[in-house]
Amino acid sequence: MTSARRSDEHSRQAVGITAADLYEGLAIPPLDYDVTATTVVLGALATRDWRPMHHDYKFATERNGTQDIFLNTPNQAHWFERFITDWTGPKGRLGQMTFRMKRSVFPGDHMRLTGTVDRVELDDTGCVWAECSVILTANGEVATTCAVRVAIPADHDDNPWSRSGDRWVPNQAA
Amino acid sequence: MSAANESAVSYPTKVADWIGEPRYEVVGGFPVERGYVWTACASVENGNPLFWDDEVAADLTGGPIAPPSMLSVWFRPHFWHPGQAERALPLQVHFDLKEVFDLPEAVMTENTVIFGEPVRPGDVIRTFQVLKSVSEPKRTKLGLGRFWVIDVIYLNQDDAEVGRESYTGFGYRRDEQ
Repeated sequence: MTSARRSDEHSRQAVGITAADLYEGLAIPPLDYDVTATTVVLGALATRDWRPMHHDYKFATERNGTQDIFLNTPNQAHWFERFITDWTGPKGRLGQMTFRMKRSVFPGDHMRLTGTVDRVELDDTGCVWAECSVILTANGEVATTCAVRVAIPADHDDNPWSRSGDRWVPNQAA
Repeated sequence: MSAANESAVSYPTKVADWIGEPRYEVVGGFPVERGYVWTACASVENGNPLFWDDEVAADLTGGPIAPPSMLSVWFRPHFWHPGQAERALPLQVHFDLKEVFDLPEAVMTENTVIFGEPVRPGDVIRTFQVLKSVSEPKRTKLGLGRFWVIDVIYLNQDDAEVGRESYTGFGYRRDEQ
């Protein structure tokens, strides 16, 4: 790759949304994925979760009584992060996530993540936050809900990742 | 055996002593590494250039970082290591409460993660657990039990807080048990 092309690519990759793109009720572009046994096992190993219900069909069905192995919670967190930063771009910085588990996600399920911006706020340090509701459905049933608080650049010169110490308040929401 | 705490919830004295006390400090068994970052990104097909492109990482975060959602990955023990006597349980306080209240079943009902300073390759993450609260006995559709809230605090080698998790668990006994 030439340096010019690399530079163009680099600029494109670093671009994302800013506060000007946010409004309450904004729908985040959905993410669809067909879950396989590999999805579940790879997710468990990527999160160093060695528990058998995430890789051993017989254990999951005969001991746990579930219909199959199922996606573990830490890997679902990875899915939620990907869903949010696919939308924000790389400057989007996660502040807080709250999960509520409703049902498991199994191989063969069609997983769909959808989300909405519920609130946009400016905190006391000048950081712009998008408060989002995200829903993960499996074959149309709600599997997990996730409330996400993500910092968004105020403009193209701003970078939430530059915040530290007293200037990074990820849990200020009431 | 019972004691009353400040909010008049009754439970054994040793549980009262656990509330607010840092317990089960664990230091990650290996420094944060990029190989795991890429495996985690690959597991969800996360193409965020922050984790794949060193120039983007240099521009935005002063060098490579790990995805924030990998927080709990860095202290999970190896499946086996030399001299291992028994398998460590993650969130040991949760299992202690099940035992002390003689509640054979438990579920996690809510998990909140707050992300602090970025985690970087080479960091060694240290964690400890703090029991925040235990409820009076409650009946739910699962059975009779208690809710409890446990915080897990994550620090790097410079004692900077890189994250904090809060788990709400419900330990219970099914009606037929």
